[in-house]
This record gives sequence, C-alpha cells and structure tokens, in this order.
Amino acid sequence: MTKLLLLGDEAIAQAAIDAGLSGMYAYPGTPSTEIMEYIQSSNEASVRNIHREWSSNEKTAMEAALGMSYAGKRAMVAMKHVGLNVASDCFINSAITGVNGGMVVVSADDPSMHSSQNEQDSRFYGKFAMVPCFEPSNQQEAYDMIFDAFEASEKYKIPVLLRITTRLAHSRSSVILKRTIPEKKLCLPEDPLQYILLPAIARKKYKTLLATYEAIKFDIRISKYNSFKDGRKRDLGIIACGIAYNYLLENIEDIVDDIPILKISSYPFHKDLIKDIAHRCKEILILEEGYPVVEEGIRGILDDGINIYGRLDGTVPRDGELNPAIVAKALGLPVNCGRDIPALVKMRPPSFCKGCGHADMFTSLAEAVKPFGAGRVFSDIGCYTLGAMPPYNAISSCVDMGASITMAIGAADAGLFPSIAVIGDSTFTHSGMTGMLDAVIKNSPITILISDNSTTGMTGGQKSQATGRIEQICKGIGVESEHLKIIIPLHKNHDENVRIMREEFEYKGVSVIISSRECIQTAKRRKSSETSND
Amino acid sequence: MKNDIILSGVGGQGILSIASVIGLAAVENNIFLKQAEVHGMSQRGGDVQSHLRLSDKNIYSDLIPLGKADLIISMEPMESLRYLPWLSKSGWLVTNSNPFVNINGYPPVDEIIAEINKIKNHIIIDADTIAKEAGSSRSGNIVILGAASPFINIPFASLEDAVRKLFGRKGEEIVELNLKALKAGRNFSAQ
Ligand SMILES: Cc1ncc(C[n+]2csc(CCOP(=O)(O)OP(=O)(O)O)c2C)c(N)n1
Repeated sequence: MTKLLLLGDEAIAQAAIDAGLSGMYAYPGTPSTEIMEYIQSSNEASVRNIHREWSSNEKTAMEAALGMSYAGKRAMVAMKHVGLNVASDCFINSAITGVNGGMVVVSADDPSMHSSQNEQDSRFYGKFAMVPCFEPSNQQEAYDMIFDAFEASEKYKIPVLLRITTRLAHSRSSVILKRTIPEKKLCLPEDPLQYILLPAIARKKYKTLLATYEAIKFDIRISKYNSFKDGRKRDLGIIACGIAYNYLLENIEDIVDDIPILKISSYPFHKDLIKDIAHRCKEILILEEGYPVVEEGIRGILDDGINIYGRLDGTVPRDGELNPAIVAKALGLPVNCGRDIPALVKMRPPSFCKGCGHADMFTSLAEAVKPFGAGRVFSDIGCYTLGAMPPYNAISSCVDMGASITMAIGAADAGLFPSIAVIGDSTFTHSGMTGMLDAVIKNSPITILISDNSTTGMTGGQKSQATGRIEQICKGIGVESEHLKIIIPLHKNHDENVRIMREEFEYKGVSVIISSRECIQTAKRRKSSETSND
Repeated sequence: MKNDIILSGVGGQGILSIASVIGLAAVENNIFLKQAEVHGMSQRGGDVQSHLRLSDKNIYSDLIPLGKADLIISMEPMESLRYLPWLSKSGWLVTNSNPFVNINGYPPVDEIIAEINKIKNHIIIDADTIAKEAGSSRSGNIVILGAASPFINIPFASLEDAVRKLFGRKGEEIVELNLKALKAGRNFSAQ
C-alpha cells in the first residue's frame, strides 16, 4: 500500500497518472496550477512520456484534450474557474459530440477570491453542459473520483467535470494509491460522424445527451459519492455538498448520530435523495461552497411546507467561502473566538518584488501619461495588475485575460486619445493576439505596451508561450516596424523610456512597445540552478 | 492528541518549509495531518499563513476553527498578531522578533512587542541572529521551528530526521547547518 502526503491538486494529478492518462493539458491559474506542475515533475509521467506541456490558453488546452480523447486515449484538462469561461465553447460542445477515450475536466473555483476576479461556481457549468460533475470533500475522495470519472466518461461517452475549491486544491493530506491502469491504445471513434456537429447530426446527438444526463443519475460510479445517514432526532436535517461536509463534521462530531445528513459530492443526483431527507425533517439546512446551486433547486416557488435555510435566506452568507465558524453559526453553535486582532496590525497587500521590471515600467509609464491626463491605461491580468496600487495608481482596468487591448480599441473608437493597453507576455499569447489583429485591421490609434518578463509570473513562473516570439508575432499580425519599439525597464533608462512612450502615444495608429526584462524570481531560480549544475 | 498550528509570515519567508518538516515527521509517526497552504497572489510580498492540523484521529476541516489553535509559529512579529482570533486561551505564540517592513505605516516594533507580551504563553526569538550564529542566515525558519518544537506533539528526533530528509538533496553541509539551527532554536526555548 503506497501512501503519499499530497495537495488536493497533486492527488488529482497522481490519480490521473495512475488511471492511465496519456495527455495532460492546462493553462496556469490559481488554484489549479499544481495539477500540471505535479505531472511535469513526475518521474512516472516522464518514463511513460505522458504529454504534459502547457497550452496557450484554456480553450486550446481543452480542444487538445478532446483530440487526444478522439484518438481513444485518456486525457485530462485543468484550469481555474474563469479558465472554464474561456474554454466553455469547447466544453459545452464536447458534451454534444461526446468523447471516445475518457476525458476529465478539472475546474478549480476560488470562493472568497483569494487570487481571482470573481467567485463563480463551476457546478453551474456542469449543469449547463449536462455532464456529470464530481465535487470531492477531501484529498482521498478526489483521488478515487478520478478513476470513476474516467470510467463513467468512457461508459457514457461524455466528458466529466471535477469541481474543486481553493481549500481542497491547496491543502495537504495523506492519500492511499490504487493499482495503476495501463494507457489506452490509439483507437478512432466507431461512428465517423460523432464529432461533426452539423445541425442535422447535432440535433440527434443532443437528444442522446438529454437521455444520458438522466441515465447517469443511476450510475453507481457517480451516485456512490452521495450518501444519506439518518439521525436519532428529526428536527433539522442537513445537506452538505463537497468540502462543506468537513466543516459540518468538524462542528458536530460529538452529536453526529443525532442529525440526519445527506452528503452530496456528485451531480446530477436523483431527486428522491432530497425527498427522503425532507420527508423526515421539519427543517433543512443546506451547506454548499460557492453559489446556492442545490438550494435554488430545492426551494420551491409555490410550495413552502418545510423551512429551508441556506445562503438565500442569510443563514449562511451569500458570498465568500465557508469555514468552520460560518458553519457553526449556521448551526446555532457558539464560536469561541480568541483575542481580537490588535488595532496596530496593518494590512499587507501583495506588492511588486524588489527589483521587478514591471515596477520600473510603471514608473516611466506614470510619468509619460501625465501630460495626457489619467484614466486612459487599460490593463490586464498578471503581476503587472499591481500597477493599480500606490504609488503607481497607473491603470484603470483589469477585467479578463486579453481585455486590455480590446477595451483600448473601444475607448479609442469613442474618441479617447491616446488610449493605452498594458498586457503581460503570457496574457498576450493567451488572448491578446486576436485583439491586436482587430486593432491593426482598423488602424486603431492605440499604444499596446507588452510588459514582457519572459514568464507566467503571477502563477509562480511557468513557461510562457510568448518567450522569444513577441516581436515576430507583432510583425506577423501587421504592426509597422517603425512603431514597434523595444525598451528595457531599468532605472537608468527611465528618461529614454518616457520619451519613447510619449512619442508612440502621439502616433495616430497602432504602436507597440515591448518592455522586456526577465522576472527577478525566475532569474534568481535560473541562476541558482545553473550554479548547482556546475 | 490534537495539535492545531498556524504558521504565519510574509510571502517568501519560508513558512512552507516549516510545514514540510512537521509534515514529514507527522507521517513518520503515523499521525493524521491536514495542512492548508496559501498559494498565488499573496505570495508576492503579502501576508501568508498555513493551517497545520495534527491528530491521532481523522481530521475533517482543512481550516482550524477560531479559538482552537494550540500554537502560532510566526516568521514575523506583526504577522503573529494577525492570527490571535485563532489562538486558544492556553495556546503558545512563538515568533521571530525581526520585522519585515515592506508597507508604509508599519507600526513601531516596541508597540508590537508590547502586544505580544499581553499573550500569556509566548516566546520572542531573534531568529535571524541565531541563524547567523549557527552558520546559515537563511535558516531563520528552522530556528523558529526549533523554538516552537517543545509545543509540537512530535518527538524532537523525528523533526531532526525530517530536516535530514527535506534538505538531504542539497548536501550534507546544508543538512548539518539546518540541524544546528533547529537545535539552537530548541535550546533558546529551553532556557
Ligand atoms: C482565463 C484565466 N486564466 C488564467 C488566469 C490566471 N492568471 C492570472 S495572471 C496569469 C499570468 C499572467 O502572466 P503574464 O501575462 O506573463 O504576466 P506576469 O504575471 O508574468 O506579470 C494567469 C495565468 C486568469 N486570471 N484567467
């Protein structure tokens, strides 16, 4: 019996390796990043030569996974919750094409927005696409579910979603491994029309999907993760989904025999599960991490025979992640808080690392923009979003990956001149290139500043697809050479850099400035590995 | 047995190495363990914490409930105070005395120390100096672990083994420096 101490992310990765994975696809994003990183550093994965390269974005990753599955092999794709928005076109249509080799989609949600723009709940996507969705409550369950997910995926020819949240992704616990399964052989789909979603075919496939979505409720691989446990008392019954089950047990370990509990860890589930507990109890409390997905399904509009408590009536806060204290309050139990935080304790928000090239770039940008007035720098997502913080206060937007360039286009269309975009190198190849093409084609009077640190910094320094290619890409898209400038963001170049920026801001067409200096974190790591290899 | 520990500090100060040592030692001793870490945005110079739970029984929540922590181990004095709502009345606070100042308006150090002195069970240790004396200025985190070790329900020898394991691939010299740092911290608390 092998037992490993693994993060939730790592348990998922190890499970996929053990379950015969042939291809792992991903774009980094907290809290999902460690899934791919684990597979990239796994010895077994390298011996078996499992495909494990980062993709340019979540959509390209999911499409590659679908292609691997088309060819009969097991594929997994992982992303953070907002990545599933980017990949959703493929995701929803892949439910209709169905799969051949097993395909598992991992989406890591970030309630309370520790490192994200929003706290959307991926379970909605499961329902939207009509695919099975697993929601593990702990690391071992996450590991075990991957095996069932691949099997269910192959049996019903459907992609399977695994939804986790930050606390599970980044919490370590011991996990017992199963016997490994060999990889599948190359094998094309039996039906040559399966993946051709022409309307006539898609209509048929959609009917199949509707029937499958009903059938899977009864499949043991999926339904076994939902369980009902009766209690001696019948006043309050509790429905706990995914990780919420842990916070519940933490609070009621001593009185667990008293309370009827329905644990939900997979979707869709049969409605009798809910009826059973509801018929036994006078009141129901619903605990779920994320949106009130189950609660909304249960709360009737016309019938109100039973009291239902949850996020919608304020028993549990409507937003933010759960924790033991929130669940204790919902249960009416006392919370014995320690001392208050002393008033002198100051906030310590994230900040640029000492010596970061983005910081020098923003110092120059702030000065270059001054004569034109504030409110004209559209930015994007990455370490450079910290340009929003004092002393820089240099940016006016950060919405979704790639939106800097395209929002600058729209603002320029409205008459804002100059209109400036600031985007990182990895974000540029993720979703910035298409926007740049729009700008070039209509000759938008905008300046695009690509802050290139040769890595995907925010998520811990993964390889950036843009490295060494940005200049060529810009030229290929059609940016004029005279308005493609490269600067090095160092204090000694400040005056020169301000001058170049101002010159390009004044230009009434597309200009691009690549501000290029290696991330100091990756530089440090590179240097220390170079010396230790000597 | 239950041992709920909060590790705190600023991104980059090495609290995850402390967690790794305790984690390795816990596994050796067949102790149940859950450890929630902070990855992502706040690792860029922001405040970071890790909840580490040890028990002889199955552990449910990845997060420690308020008022239930037995120990706070902090790499930084102001950060040690941020987690007081979690510290139980009988819990211990072990913190480095050296401030990490990367924000405007960082409070005067003597006022921070005065707040820490209000906690009944506390140890304030100049881990940076002790680490330097032990021969490795980068082992401050291991010094603090040593200072906190009397309050962790794991035999000291297991923590030493875990240090050997964790630093093993960096060579014997690094292992010895860290073992020295661990002992120096332990001795400080024993005084
Ligand atoms: C759709 C989507 N995918 C992934 C992320 C996570 N994410 C945020 S910033 C970032 C990296 C950006 O890298 P880069 O543009 O090179 O900027 P850097 O952080 O290196 O400055 C990633 C992957 C996200 N917020 N949204």
